Amino acid sequence: MNEPTVSPPLLAVRDLRVSYRTRAGTVPAVRGASLTVAAGETVALVGESGSGKSSVGLAVLGLLPDGTEPVSGSVELDGRNLVGLPERALRGVRGREIGFVPQDPKASLNPVQRVGAQVAEVLRIHGLERGRAAAARRARELLGEAGLPEPDRVAERFPHELSGGMCQRVLIAIALAGRPRLLIADEPTSALDVTVQRHLLDHLADVTRRAGTGLLLITHDLAVATERAERVAVMSDGRVVETGPSADVIGAPSHPYTRELVAAAPSLTAPPATPAAPDAEPLLTVENVRRVFRTRLPQGGRQVTTAVDGVSFTLPRGGSLGVVGESGSGKSTLAQLLLRLDRPDAGRIVLDGVDLTSVPAGRLRRLRRHVQPVFQDSYGSLDHTFTVAEAIAEPLRAFGVPGRARRVADLLDLVRLPAAAGARRPTELSGGQRQRVCIARALALTPRLLVLDEPVSALDVSVQARILTLLAELREELGLAYVFISHDLAVVRQVCDRVLVMRRGRAVEQGAVADVFSGPRHPYTQELLAAVPGGPRTVSEGASP
Amino acid sequence: MIRYVLVRLGNGLFVLWAALTVSFLVLHLVPGDPVSVMLRGNGGEASSVDPAAADALRAELGLDRPVHEQYLDFVWRAARLDFGTSFTTGDEVRAVLGRSLGPTLELAAAALLLTLVLGVAAAVAGTLLPKAPLRSAVLSATVVGNAVPSFWTGIVLLQVFSFGLGWFPAYGAGDLGQLVLPAFALALPGIGTLAQVLSRSLRTALADPYVRTARAKGASRLRATTAHALRNAAIPAMTLFGLMVGGIVAGAVITETVFSRPGLGTLTANAIGGHDFPVIRALVFLAGALYVLVNLAVDLVYPKVDPRIVLRAA
Repeated sequence: MNEPTVSPPLLAVRDLRVSYRTRAGTVPAVRGASLTVAAGETVALVGESGSGKSSVGLAVLGLLPDGTEPVSGSVELDGRNLVGLPERALRGVRGREIGFVPQDPKASLNPVQRVGAQVAEVLRIHGLERGRAAAARRARELLGEAGLPEPDRVAERFPHELSGGMCQRVLIAIALAGRPRLLIADEPTSALDVTVQRHLLDHLADVTRRAGTGLLLITHDLAVATERAERVAVMSDGRVVETGPSADVIGAPSHPYTRELVAAAPSLTAPPATPAAPDAEPLLTVENVRRVFRTRLPQGGRQVTTAVDGVSFTLPRGGSLGVVGESGSGKSTLAQLLLRLDRPDAGRIVLDGVDLTSVPAGRLRRLRRHVQPVFQDSYGSLDHTFTVAEAIAEPLRAFGVPGRARRVADLLDLVRLPAAAGARRPTELSGGQRQRVCIARALALTPRLLVLDEPVSALDVSVQARILTLLAELREELGLAYVFISHDLAVVRQVCDRVLVMRRGRAVEQGAVADVFSGPRHPYTQELLAAVPGGPRTVSEGASP
Repeated sequence: MIRYVLVRLGNGLFVLWAALTVSFLVLHLVPGDPVSVMLRGNGGEASSVDPAAADALRAELGLDRPVHEQYLDFVWRAARLDFGTSFTTGDEVRAVLGRSLGPTLELAAAALLLTLVLGVAAAVAGTLLPKAPLRSAVLSATVVGNAVPSFWTGIVLLQVFSFGLGWFPAYGAGDLGQLVLPAFALALPGIGTLAQVLSRSLRTALADPYVRTARAKGASRLRATTAHALRNAAIPAMTLFGLMVGGIVAGAVITETVFSRPGLGTLTANAIGGHDFPVIRALVFLAGALYVLVNLAVDLVYPKVDPRIVLRAA
């Protein structure tokens, strides 16, 4: 167990510096990062977006984008410095000595090539198999080893015919095809569901243990880092600020930044949000809504998908309902139905006694001011040609509300943005600031209900924590009700008093957050909770004081 | 698939019918009387035409009948690919077209091949060359190729390579040497357009994450471009190429005139000058049919290039 620390490191990064050339001048991304990975060891490189963690991974591979200043410092693989090696020599290292597992599995495979051929390409580039047929055969074996069922059939598929998790397994097969000694995985599971994430991380752990491969796991997720890595290196602002065994760094952080990061991470043990008053009258009643999509298949024939299948719930005034589930469970379709951007095929959605499914169009438009959305992609949700003030004023203009400038100033204040932000464009704001603008716009018409669809999923933990605090405060201040859709159970716990678990369009379980999280009844809820990184352990620790 | 092709061919027939109808109407509306042009011969005076002879000829050609009758007769015969006889030569239009088709096909094929090879090469070079000034030099050259009108290119090519250096003959058709200059003149604007569109989509594709995956496998920059990015970037260029094939007849009019080559272009120019309605209509039909078929072919190739594209009959 102590072996890795005794033997010389497989990878030693020393005082690495990376700067990008931009129109505004050179911007340092990594300002002196050092870390080591031993054979068979997993080291997590943790940090928020912009911390430079991905640049470190790319610098090790020699794949920094065009327009990067020459790298300084050293990257030694088994004692051989890779910095400054000619491109031809680096090509022999990539794929053969260092494997790379990228972040976005669906986009990281060539969409117009069969996946088997994409695995075989590694073998052909490095001359590991003689001939096309042998490479294809070995590629199918590798797909099987990566845990894909029916590898012979999967090899003939195109990426768009596979799920995100399957694509990531293909990418793992590609990364391992050349039997590399070091694997760099850059956020390998952040685009995937928790249960899929768990299987993939188990698989990577298995590979590193069996083959003695070193793994540099780049992640924003502290829980993943703690659970999967022997050692953690925390990056902030281009520097590694703290490094050491995972349990020590996360359990007893010494650097202030690490402490902040640990405190910001949502956990399954935090006290749940305050419930609505028990005598509150219902604001929203959803009865047996159903939404069926009919799509035509390329082979001919039709496919019928029931995205939302008989979901019912009641939300009291000032209540907050979390809707959780994995991708494809129908949560976002449910959000579209509640916002009446889509019409259910059956069922009723009653807001304050009015059935939204049957009101005429003109009346529906007037009712829209009571239900407002906040989406995940704050960048795509704002028109880049509008200033912040114009974006927030737009719903006011649409409903002819007078005194708009004054109201916009109040709203900026409400979401804790400076008044000067009103004159700026969405592109000039950070992700957290943009999401505040979206929230301000949603609040402009003093709605009774906000439908929030993964509002903090694209944000870093520290920013996420601040937005969640803001949402909790706004709920108290304004008496708002939330329907809060998220794949992240810990986040739901922080904002919601009730939770509804969706699977394949059905609500499999619903109840008070405290009850469902501590005593899940449905096997799927149990599976979901168990898959949360660090989940079961934290829960059991909380149970026995 | 079969259903898709049938629906598309049906749409194509509609397009052809519309093109023929428009050409029929336009030819009836434009000033100028084919009968007087024919009787006058070359350089004759308008007043020298004998009205009786004109009426006789008009009756012979069927031009004295009511317009709607002429139209119905014309459509019915066009449906059987019968375009009648040329007003000017009296030959059957199909035979006239057949004689001109060969040299033009030769020219068009050579020009399209040049467009494809040089256009793709310029796009790849303009994206991959190691030095930024070299890349922009290639891409600027494509803009020039695009901006210069092809009759001017033709004249310059003739001046330099036939009259000046004497490498290629200045006119005629038949052997390969005679094909080089006109094919290049015809191809040049297309090369520029294709290179610009392709290099732009190539640059977008090269920023896609799968290119990084390929490079992480150990693939060279060239391999990542040709084996991965190029095919993903091909769709807009293919659409453009299909449109170019349709436009090649229009281009041939100028090129064949400048290089005095026989072919559909020269035939078009002469037929319009001589008010030779049957030949003009047959040429419109041919250009339309070519356009419909080439674009159908391009659409059928899309799913082979990108498996995510599903053909769907509208």
